[in-house]
Amino acid sequence: MSRVEFMQGNVACAEGALAAGCRFFGGYPITPSTEIAETMARRLPKAGGVFISMEDELASIAAVIGAAWTGARAMTATSGPGFSLMMENIGYAAMTETPCVIVNIQRGGPSTGQPTRAAQGDMLQCRFGSHGDYSTIAITPNSVQEMFDLTVKTFDLADRFRVPTFLMADEIVGHMRERVTIPDAVEVARSSPLAEGALPFEGGDDGVPGFAPFGSGRSVHVTGLTHDERGYPDTTDPEAHDRLVRRLVAKVESARREIADYEVTNLDAETVFVTYGPPSRTVQQVMRDSQDDSIGHLRLRVVWPFPEFALQEFPNAKVFLMPELNMGQMVREVQRHVDQPVISIPKIGGELHTPAELVQALEAHR
Amino acid sequence: MIAPGWFREDRLPHIYCTGCGNGTVINCTLGAVEEMGWKRNETIFVSGIGCSSRAPGYILTDSLHTTHGRALAFATGVKMAQPDLNVVVFTGDGDLAAIGGNHFIHACRRNVDMTVICMNNHIYGMTGGQGSPTTPPGAISTTTPYGASEPAFDLAELAVAAGANYVARWTSYHVKELTKAVAAGMQTPGLAFIEVRTQCPTNYGRHNKLRRVSDMIEHLRSHAMLVDKYNRLTAEGKPVPDGTFTVGELVRRNRPAMGVKR
Repeated sequence: MSRVEFMQGNVACAEGALAAGCRFFGGYPITPSTEIAETMARRLPKAGGVFISMEDELASIAAVIGAAWTGARAMTATSGPGFSLMMENIGYAAMTETPCVIVNIQRGGPSTGQPTRAAQGDMLQCRFGSHGDYSTIAITPNSVQEMFDLTVKTFDLADRFRVPTFLMADEIVGHMRERVTIPDAVEVARSSPLAEGALPFEGGDDGVPGFAPFGSGRSVHVTGLTHDERGYPDTTDPEAHDRLVRRLVAKVESARREIADYEVTNLDAETVFVTYGPPSRTVQQVMRDSQDDSIGHLRLRVVWPFPEFALQEFPNAKVFLMPELNMGQMVREVQRHVDQPVISIPKIGGELHTPAELVQALEAHR
Repeated sequence: MIAPGWFREDRLPHIYCTGCGNGTVINCTLGAVEEMGWKRNETIFVSGIGCSSRAPGYILTDSLHTTHGRALAFATGVKMAQPDLNVVVFTGDGDLAAIGGNHFIHACRRNVDMTVICMNNHIYGMTGGQGSPTTPPGAISTTTPYGASEPAFDLAELAVAAGANYVARWTSYHVKELTKAVAAGMQTPGLAFIEVRTQCPTNYGRHNKLRRVSDMIEHLRSHAMLVDKYNRLTAEGKPVPDGTFTVGELVRRNRPAMGVKR
């Protein structure tokens, strides 16, 4: 059984988190993400969880990482300025292989920018924003239903790969209200436990160590310093650093096919839209209106690690068109994987591309 | 030996300089842990960045060595998510009072049930001895070559004002008193803050005519005044020598606390 509701995207995200077993939320109010915190504040205590309003976003993500090390599913939600503040500790989560979820309801930037307007301006920040080399996972919902479903998925991926994992939504899906089907229960997949005799930061076949949360008697030392498989600092040996950081990157990048999640339409098309998040809705509208089989659509639900093989699903593609709510961010990633021209259709200011704008771009480039 | 079985002996030798006071503070803390009868698999040590914050790496429990200034925020997450764990935070004056100042006052305000031990050596030791928010006015450091010109923070008074349930201050000379204070803090529900004035002969003493370890410890001892005596002298309008700081228990109270063991 399941129930059907008319719900706001941010509320659906919180409901998805609760369904996934999230029992810790540390956050700081910021438009346009605040409804997630408000929903968690109302719902978590009754679900046996902890909601805590921290003093800033640095503290929010820190508390989430601390809670995650007790074995709790833990999350925070924020928007651009708060996301920027979290960057150092996001790198810490990557370095310490802490499974945690960060929801970014993107708004117009830079700086304070447009608090109540949508953007997709943090797509490179979520991949490269903290210092040093690492890899993470970023997911991009385009509907209220996906705000629920993909939040659950974000928790599973965070646990599976032991990385900070991002739900990169935006003000449009965050504040939009749509019909959403909420199942009575969802299946969740947690981290593999640390095997007897295994070291706490030993990668194993897939590069992902087993997890021994605090209190499980394994005396795990967790540090953001370069460390060996025991977790002990080893900050000057070039090989120790090389071995650790290459594993942190490879455990995600080598699993691109396992992590990938995308939709394709009209595989024979010569002109192919590549989208993620709400611009996909405009493309879907254009395709419904034109009934033109020569237009294709690749819609990414996972943007990082980037599934470059998805572009090969369109063997006849002559041109790729990329509408994004930024000045052209993910378009760079597409450009470096294909020989065909990749045309950026940037839009900033907070409004979605209109179907007419995309038709115009289509006519200009097909 | 204090608390045998609680040290990661395979991590020795440690990184602390000859004459550093941090080992004394670790010993006193583990002495208090032993007195409390805490178990290793129920006790978590958390720290930020700096010399003080390397301490958890030498203790054989689960431990979280975090980012600069944020230890209390991480510890809040640990303790609120799992109140059955005993949480101890090691921090330093730069970590706690400079970059982590906001987390310090909010952790005291929330009164989260944990024990916070600040090794206050009046300097950024790890980076080679720069002036910190507790560097005394006039003291020489690599970034205060003409003498520190800013007033210093009184960390213990700050914790009292912000609401911690237990606050004490001692020095690395006062090992028995310090051990007792840490244990008293651990017994008090809510946030216990223990400031330990400790010596950094390498990066502080060297620049301030206190090159010898014994000179630094004697300097701490001779400038420490029991809080009762200090209060009596000041109430009577009698003078207190320059550079005096109070030691002892500054507060023990029962404000509502968070994250207390179920």
